[in-house]
Amino acid sequence: MNSARVKTFYYLMKLGREFELAAKEQYMQGNIAGFLHLDIGQEACSVGTMQAFDKGDVFTHYREHVLAIARGMDPKLIMAELFGKVTGVSKGKGGSMHLFEPKLDFYGGDAIVAAHLPIATGCAYARKIEGEMAGVFAIFGDGATNAGAFFESLNIAAAWKLPIIFFCENNYYAIGTRIGWVSPFEELYHKARHYMPSTRINGMDVCEVYEAVMKAKEHIEEGLGPYFIEAETYRYEGHSMSDNGKYRSEEEMEIFKSRDPIENLKKEALKLGIVEPEYFEETNKKVAKEIQEAIEFAANSPEPDLSELYEDVYCKECTNVIP
Amino acid sequence: MLYREALNRAIDESMAADKSVVILGEDVGRYGGSYRVSEGLFAKYGPKRVIDTPIAELSIVGNAIGMAIAGLRPIAEIMTVNFSLLAMDQIVNHAAKFRYMSGGKMTIPLTIRMPGGVSRQLAAQHSESYETIYSAVPGLIVLAASNATYAYHALKAAIFLNDPVIFLEHELLYPMEMDFKEIENFDPFKAQVIKEGENLTILTYLKMRYDVLQAVPQIEKELGISVEVIDLNSLRPLDMKTISDSIKKTKRVVLVEEDHKTGGYGAEVIARISEQLFYELDAPPLRIAGEDVPIPYNRKLELASIPTPDKIVTQIVQWSQANGL
Repeated sequence: MNSARVKTFYYLMKLGREFELAAKEQYMQGNIAGFLHLDIGQEACSVGTMQAFDKGDVFTHYREHVLAIARGMDPKLIMAELFGKVTGVSKGKGGSMHLFEPKLDFYGGDAIVAAHLPIATGCAYARKIEGEMAGVFAIFGDGATNAGAFFESLNIAAAWKLPIIFFCENNYYAIGTRIGWVSPFEELYHKARHYMPSTRINGMDVCEVYEAVMKAKEHIEEGLGPYFIEAETYRYEGHSMSDNGKYRSEEEMEIFKSRDPIENLKKEALKLGIVEPEYFEETNKKVAKEIQEAIEFAANSPEPDLSELYEDVYCKECTNVIP
Repeated sequence: MLYREALNRAIDESMAADKSVVILGEDVGRYGGSYRVSEGLFAKYGPKRVIDTPIAELSIVGNAIGMAIAGLRPIAEIMTVNFSLLAMDQIVNHAAKFRYMSGGKMTIPLTIRMPGGVSRQLAAQHSESYETIYSAVPGLIVLAASNATYAYHALKAAIFLNDPVIFLEHELLYPMEMDFKEIENFDPFKAQVIKEGENLTILTYLKMRYDVLQAVPQIEKELGISVEVIDLNSLRPLDMKTISDSIKKTKRVVLVEEDHKTGGYGAEVIARISEQLFYELDAPPLRIAGEDVPIPYNRKLELASIPTPDKIVTQIVQWSQANGL
């Protein structure tokens, strides 16, 4: 454990957690609408992966606020997007599930389960023929591993030895469907192991996530083809704000909460004496301020003008001819 | 020039001009393409740019979108439009929507070529026309290439457009010898008046163009009129100006399409004409379209399921007499 890295992990996970709690509150106040999928409990995956995979292209599912923050997206722009404001990262046209920022090579927020995996795979193909071996990182949930798009992508990525990391966040539930009801086994890394190196890790431990992705990164950069990581994790909230998550037992929830990625990182760092206790308090204050600023920015930003309705359907040269 | 050679030339020249152009699909490489459209390209440009894919349409289009995001200009070939339904989610939910839902940040310069239509006894799962589906999707451009000149120029334009293009071809056209002419400043979005006339406008596209042209002399003879024929070329966007100019002159319009009548592409065209040009018309518009049945295998039944030159003549003559032309 490296002190500076632990501090960064803590800061980003805390920022992510507080962002999500604030988003939840803003949703309840009616400032955010639509589907809102919170990452609370899964921050180690979002932060550990993005800290390790710091170059290359990222393709993600729709539970992506914290992943975007960890990639370097400004929380203000994300909150504004959640509020549907024109200052949002997607001009208020995407919302919670569609946070795109090509400047960060972040192509995220795909809201069709598993559908971003063929796209990520195609991107990895292009990077390979360009000699860009930083490659591609694709993150998805347990539910995605039952879809055809998932298996097609494993097959193609392996057949063509593409530089891509498949990262599965296994939180055991696809909305209310327990993975074991619809998959022959709950340890999902088995699904990939005939195609590529495949491993299962503790996704509640940010350091373990970080190390696993670093290893996968070396593998793809050496041109050895794709790599699969399954991270066991848990979401403390429902699937989205319209789901109370009551299909899970309190015992199960308590087991995972006792493994909380943020609290445990702090405890461990203090035990090892590698981070001074004041750091956590200062960071919490800093995070609270940033979140407050993000909410204020979003609240005070203007709505998109109605003229935006027909903008961005086509590129400029096509817009001229499309009625 | 053969129709398929025009397509091949458009791809070849585009690949030679720009290294970012790649093609992918089933059998496009070593095999040369199931309709020989990509013949010779594998030998010329190699396996990195001429990519043989597995039979997985979802991934052909999904991969192509990823390549486009990475900065390539992929041309995805779907062996027939019938198989494109497997890629529907990628085409509609991803290629067509990324620009919009990213607030304009994403650009998907993707061309998806797909032959369709009734060929010869290929039966229900290999004979459909789905232009009506793709033309209904904001974010897509839909071009329908009926001839070598348009195919060549429009495909080149499509490849270098910064939006996803559904490029429709017809299976019976590939081996046809056609006139070919190079045109400067070609506009792929413009409909073409392929025969001028005074008393009736026939709108059509893809292979029906030839059935209509075959029917026209008989129609003109039987009715003693002159007929104007317009090949729509671009289905989304639709060139309403050319259509409108013609109808204002002829006052009568017939649309001939191979697709099923119910919800077919022609329904949209006639709806727009009814909204915009109602008082220009001297007769109710007529649609001549495929029957509302899956395409049968038996040749007699197959021909009965789509418009033919004879049927076009008969229906137009009946309609004209009923409407006092």
